[in-house]
Amino acid sequence: MQTPLKTTLSINGTRHEIEGDARLTLLDALRDHLGLTGSKKGCDHGQCGACTVLLNGRRVNSCLTLLCMHDGDEVTTIEGLGTPDTPSDLQRAFVDRDGMQCGYCTPGQICSATAMIEEIRQGWPSHASEGLEGEVAPTPAEIAERMSGNLCRCGCYPNIVDAIADVIAEEGP
Amino acid sequence: MNRHHKMDSADRQNRLDGMAQGLIGTDVPRPDGMAKATGTATYAAEERREGMLHGVLVRATVPGGRVADVDTDALAKALGDDVTVITDARLLQVPAQGTDGKAPPQGPDLVHYVGQPLALVVAPSFEVARHGARLLGIRYEGGEEGHFDPEDDATPTELRDKKTVDIGDLDAAMAKAAHSVDAVWRTPGHVSAAMEPHAAVAWWEGEHLTVRSALQMLKFNRDELADALGIPAENVRLLAPFVGGGFGSKLGISHEAVGAAIAARQLGRPVRVVLSRQQVFEAVMRRSETRQHLRLCADEEGRLTGIGHDCLVSNLPGQDFAEPVIQGSRFAYAAPNRHLSLRLARVNRTCAGSVRAPGEAVGLTALENAMDELAEAIGIDPVELRLRNVPEEDPTDGKPFSSMMMAEVLREGARRFDWQRRNPIPALRREGDPRREWLRGMGMSLLVRGNILDEAEARVRLLPAEDGAPVRAEVETDMTDIGTGSYAVLSQIAAEMLGLPMERVTTRLGDSALPPSPGSGGSWGAGSSGSSVYLACLELRTRLARALGCDEGELTLRDGQATGGNHSRPLAELLDGGTIEAVGHIEPGKTAKERRQATYGAQFAEVEVSRHTGEVRVRRMLGVFAAGRILNSRTARSQCLGGMTFGIGMALSEELEHDPRDGHLVNRDFAGYHIPVNADVPQLEVHLMEERDPWANPMQSKGIGELGICGAAAAITNAIHNATGARVRDYPATPDRVLAAMAVAN
Ligand code: FES
Ligand code: FES
Repeated sequence: MQTPLKTTLSINGTRHEIEGDARLTLLDALRDHLGLTGSKKGCDHGQCGACTVLLNGRRVNSCLTLLCMHDGDEVTTIEGLGTPDTPSDLQRAFVDRDGMQCGYCTPGQICSATAMIEEIRQGWPSHASEGLEGEVAPTPAEIAERMSGNLCRCGCYPNIVDAIADVIAEEGP
Repeated sequence: MNRHHKMDSADRQNRLDGMAQGLIGTDVPRPDGMAKATGTATYAAEERREGMLHGVLVRATVPGGRVADVDTDALAKALGDDVTVITDARLLQVPAQGTDGKAPPQGPDLVHYVGQPLALVVAPSFEVARHGARLLGIRYEGGEEGHFDPEDDATPTELRDKKTVDIGDLDAAMAKAAHSVDAVWRTPGHVSAAMEPHAAVAWWEGEHLTVRSALQMLKFNRDELADALGIPAENVRLLAPFVGGGFGSKLGISHEAVGAAIAARQLGRPVRVVLSRQQVFEAVMRRSETRQHLRLCADEEGRLTGIGHDCLVSNLPGQDFAEPVIQGSRFAYAAPNRHLSLRLARVNRTCAGSVRAPGEAVGLTALENAMDELAEAIGIDPVELRLRNVPEEDPTDGKPFSSMMMAEVLREGARRFDWQRRNPIPALRREGDPRREWLRGMGMSLLVRGNILDEAEARVRLLPAEDGAPVRAEVETDMTDIGTGSYAVLSQIAAEMLGLPMERVTTRLGDSALPPSPGSGGSWGAGSSGSSVYLACLELRTRLARALGCDEGELTLRDGQATGGNHSRPLAELLDGGTIEAVGHIEPGKTAKERRQATYGAQFAEVEVSRHTGEVRVRRMLGVFAAGRILNSRTARSQCLGGMTFGIGMALSEELEHDPRDGHLVNRDFAGYHIPVNADVPQLEVHLMEERDPWANPMQSKGIGELGICGAAAAITNAIHNATGARVRDYPATPDRVLAAMAVAN
């Protein structure tokens, strides 16, 4: 048997000390150890994005990283972005635009979009951008390109793009 | 008291149109939307039980034979006795097929395909169970040669006689036709690939078993699970309040629920079993690959004189399910000479079963490609060709249509898409300049899908005003919402019928203890379950009318106020502190046999194809749909978006690949099996047409969940032809195939 490892990290602003198997992924720690089941497991292989969380502000696939690698890190999950009573703008926009059907990819989409909007603001270029320098125009093609790490089998992509575009338009660049 | 209705005659009362709340058909948001957006909606694997153990299934690495020995030495040495290995004879060989209601083939000692689960390893943590599953040593014996290629001459096949349609003389019609098409299409296997992998958490209380699982049809699943375990169905309760997509993959009880239930019983603790993504690919249903021989012939004016559609599909030996490829060809177009047949090859590949719109999804695709080729051969517009062949009655059995919108969807789609801009000469032949990499083309296809009503029950309760809270309603049924919008639609029907705002209706679903429904599948969910809710509400309205002193027909219910026969009183007063409830029960009847009921759609796509790489990008896509009364325009639209997106995947990227030596699935994850990503899908346009189908059900609605995929891929491949002149008849149209077809065409 493996000796459990202790990891201390901040999740949604709260400090957690978790003892777990060295092979425990960040995703399984969230879901099975802390009961933060908003982050979903669609593939466990970094292929679907359902497990997307924010790690020190950047989006990552939490199934692809082990908990024990994150001592001292700050993690934000879908639960940390908003609640049914106090949803974030993106959470509200996803509901307004029906950016979901079964809802299984939705938390990952929203976490991903939260970080993605910030990436656009900071001018990170993508394959769909006009060039490498300067401001990025948040066109549907740009949003779609940057959201392509989050699979949705229900086929909500057009609504997801609309929801994100709404939030970018409301909040300004 | 209950209200029962059997659909024996057309219902032209259109009662829903006369209601006053003004909700039906509108785009009210899903009541469950915010729970999903905030991660508070929980799915099967997220059920937390005290002392829960974790199970991981072990897969067969050979395609046949018998398990001679399961060696647990290595496992015991590494992991000690924390780990239990279960090889119970009740473990499933394959999941149940949709609506089976009985156990599928069981007994993990006999192997039929690579990836078949053979044992369950249970441990205190997922990490240890997964490790244990790797250490299990399985020795096989025997295993005479299996068959792995459906088209190999040595592979046994059987004709599905009952499906054969043979009317007139197709050979003669082909021989003397002015124009004809005679070619073979192939579609590869597909998977549903719902984003939530199959999962079950099982626990026992005495003789009573509860399983939280990812399932589409609880009424059938309960019987299947009980039968598999050898216990009475009354002792089984299934819970599936949220299901992360289904598309057919969760129709029947599967390995994880049976394994978890057996392990939980044996170990006296709750057990969770979740399939890995690879196991979902290998051990759950695939859509069969198809080989489709299409023959179409027409006169000078483009009137079809014959349709031939002869197909080969596959499944495991012993399985009855055969992808019903020719289902749509039975009635899509009029033609006096018809030959339709279906042949089933027996291969040792993952079990074949339902994937979104079995039959029409692939069958219409090939038919609609053939129609495009025929239009080109005749030299008429593809929309016009279809309009010239609208059938007046079901051309196979002569039944009248219930209501049919084929011409309307075609015309409306052509208008909205600006189809007249399409140049019938492929862009490549027009644009000689090779520096212009991207070639544009437009294509279209007709979509059809049969409509089904199934028996369903629902309970609706009106609760009195309490503690300052106003009158509320509750809807209860074992129906599931797999993303389809059942929570929204059922609440909406009750709210409309009872004159309450949406937020005053709560719908409870996904619990086998609630009144039975046929579940989610075959696009029958909203129509069947919705009708049972409608009937229960009709009964409640009758009682409210009596209390008010008028006929139900005169009663107007709106915003909690009842009006009728010169009276007007708040519902709260009529209920007088009491609760009233009724069960509605709908049953299919004569209308199912007397009329051909079908939904229609037309899709239009504009693509760009790289002349150098063969890459295809869908730039624009429109779907126009007619499916009777639309109950919720928002969730209906989303269902159509989903179907169209499946269509893009089918056209361009989705393909199961089997190793020819042992049939094993080579691409069993999302890195190898490419479902569309966001950037593959343009901002799709959906238009829903007004229609009422009085023969379908008392709401005049028809199913819409599968219509969007039925032939969708053909609009894209027809557009590829319009761009490049290439005819890709082997799906999907990947760059290599497009380039090869371009070389042939030009
Ligand atoms: S579960 Fe992490 S990417 Fe799929
Ligand atoms: S909403 Fe079902 S997978 Fe995206």
